[in-house]
Amino acid sequence: MNIVSLLQLIVSSSLVYAAPLIFTALGGTFSERSGVVNIGLEGIMVMGAFMSAIFNLTFYSTFGAMTPWLGLLAGGVIGILFSLIHAVATINLRADHIVSGTVINLAAPALAVFLTRAIYGAAQTGPLARSFGFSNIFLLEKIPVIGPIFFQNTSGPAYLGILTAIIAWVVLFKTRFGLRLRSVGEHPHAAETLGINVYLMKYSGVLISGFLGGIGGAIQAQAIHNEFGILTVAGQGFISMAAMIFGKWNPLGAMGAAIFFGFAQSLARIGNYIPIIQDVPGIWLQVLPYLLTIVILVGVVGRSTAPKDLGNTFVKSK
Amino acid sequence: MQTTSKNRLNALLIPLFSILLGFIFGAILMLLFGYNPIDAYSAMLMGVFNSPYFMGEAIRQATVLTFTGLGFAIAFKAGFFNIGVAGQLLAGWVAAIWVALSFPDLPRIILLTLSLGAAIIAGAVWAGIAGALRAYFGTSEVIVTIMLNYTALHLTNYIIRSVLATGNTTEIVGENASLRVGWLTTLTQGSRINMGLFIAIIVVILYWVFMTQTTAGFEVRAVGLNPDASTYAGMSAKRNIILSMLISGGLAGLGGAVHGLGTFGNLFTQSGLPSLGFNGIAVALLGLGNPVGIFFSSILFGVLDVGAGFMPNRAGVPDEMADIVIAAIIFFVGANYVIRLVLDKMQSNKTAEKGGE
Repeated sequence: MNIVSLLQLIVSSSLVYAAPLIFTALGGTFSERSGVVNIGLEGIMVMGAFMSAIFNLTFYSTFGAMTPWLGLLAGGVIGILFSLIHAVATINLRADHIVSGTVINLAAPALAVFLTRAIYGAAQTGPLARSFGFSNIFLLEKIPVIGPIFFQNTSGPAYLGILTAIIAWVVLFKTRFGLRLRSVGEHPHAAETLGINVYLMKYSGVLISGFLGGIGGAIQAQAIHNEFGILTVAGQGFISMAAMIFGKWNPLGAMGAAIFFGFAQSLARIGNYIPIIQDVPGIWLQVLPYLLTIVILVGVVGRSTAPKDLGNTFVKSK
Repeated sequence: MQTTSKNRLNALLIPLFSILLGFIFGAILMLLFGYNPIDAYSAMLMGVFNSPYFMGEAIRQATVLTFTGLGFAIAFKAGFFNIGVAGQLLAGWVAAIWVALSFPDLPRIILLTLSLGAAIIAGAVWAGIAGALRAYFGTSEVIVTIMLNYTALHLTNYIIRSVLATGNTTEIVGENASLRVGWLTTLTQGSRINMGLFIAIIVVILYWVFMTQTTAGFEVRAVGLNPDASTYAGMSAKRNIILSMLISGGLAGLGGAVHGLGTFGNLFTQSGLPSLGFNGIAVALLGLGNPVGIFFSSILFGVLDVGAGFMPNRAGVPDEMADIVIAAIIFFVGANYVIRLVLDKMQSNKTAEKGGE
């Protein structure tokens, strides 16, 4: 294997594994910037994965090659619905954010497998009709050397994620909506006195996180596992949250961290082809993404600050 | 005085209402998908209560849940959310089986003590990592314990395949390491109920004594209520964080040992994290951190878990329904603000009526 094709393998498989993390980490960023901790992202990913699998199998005959891309929307919509539970519980019903997120994480796999059994009579959907596969990025693939490494036979959803991260950065830091969302996460009472609708902003943050987390799950199902089952989403929601913290609650930072975690996850799959790494026992590559998350969190905490009012319940002034 | 009695009443009414609402939610969901909820629930309850064997199994399940529930609860009291009970349970399970298989010829009492002790240490170390990182680096214990869960899962499977056995299951431990006792097994017509039940009851009592009667327990609760005030009062927040996480993991590890030596007698590769860990969280939240409440919640969830197995055949309902009901119950416990609001309304209406007479 020559150096270009080796690099191409590393880059493309890192991006494949990073794509779900990018979207979900961006989702987490929106929610936490509005002051709501959303550890339910794991469960939201499960629902997104489930919905996209159903959509993929049902509508392949109608939409053909476009099916997985439309499946992202299906996953996003169910993500919004599911995050609505978290929004109502934490914003209106004053539930503890972590307890409510845990409920989402308990409920999602149970509900998704329940529905899969109700529809397909088995705990897994079986192989999907059409997965994402690999795509070439229009025009950029033609660049010599860089083109083959980064833009040929690569993950389409990952590039969509990078684009989304840039849009998310603009929305959060360059628009009125973004400023209001951030102000609610920092000091909701001050925001309230300025006439900002705090509840509306928090709802927006949580629902956007649901949409993006659902998309993340849809990519996990349609690009990596090519089916839906109880093991389709295994900790990716939590790794995304770590990526968000590593990225200092900034969409671009979260995206970069997500790509890094994607690389760590991909090593267990492609480690055999890479010199030096192929001599590392498989077990270490399997636990690497998780241990790395811990090490990075330990190193990064203290130097990154969360939104000030994160995790607190906002009670409207009378 | 009036407020404490009201709080006590609420402490009982909130879980009861939550359970009721959880079952109603499950029923609505079943109706939506064209299942008969009455058939499903009666299949669940009849299945368990009509047979000594399945009652034994439900209590056996409740035994392990009591350990994971208490483990989660003590960390929660100290202000920490230990989602890692599943991984700590696995660590204890591995340690117990490892010791039991390594020294098969020791006398029963010594071997059991060693096995259970090893499990407690393994679970405590696994949780202690998260506690220490939180205490010294301020790292979120939520994410660290979750990452340790998946690490424990992969390591367990690796240890089984490469160290303890060649295939996917280890050998069964000897009679000397088993927690089962003949009369309990006969009483429940061959169920896997075991001495773990008595250990659980002792631990429930010890937990209550520790939390309410000792200085160390008081400090754990104080740090959970207000870390700044307790630091000002001279308590070490760091020490209490680590102490509560060690106890938390130790209890989960003990649960793993009881599961390993009592329920199965061996260890096998797992495809996912054991649900007993996450249901332990549910049990603790439903029991509102009270050890006796946790014990009874465990029995309820044990019945739900074992009874769920009857739903597919007798009512055609997928057994995941039980987990959905559990999640719904915890949702209502978490959102108890509404239940409190309704209860307060009812009480104030009552006093208003009395005043009007």
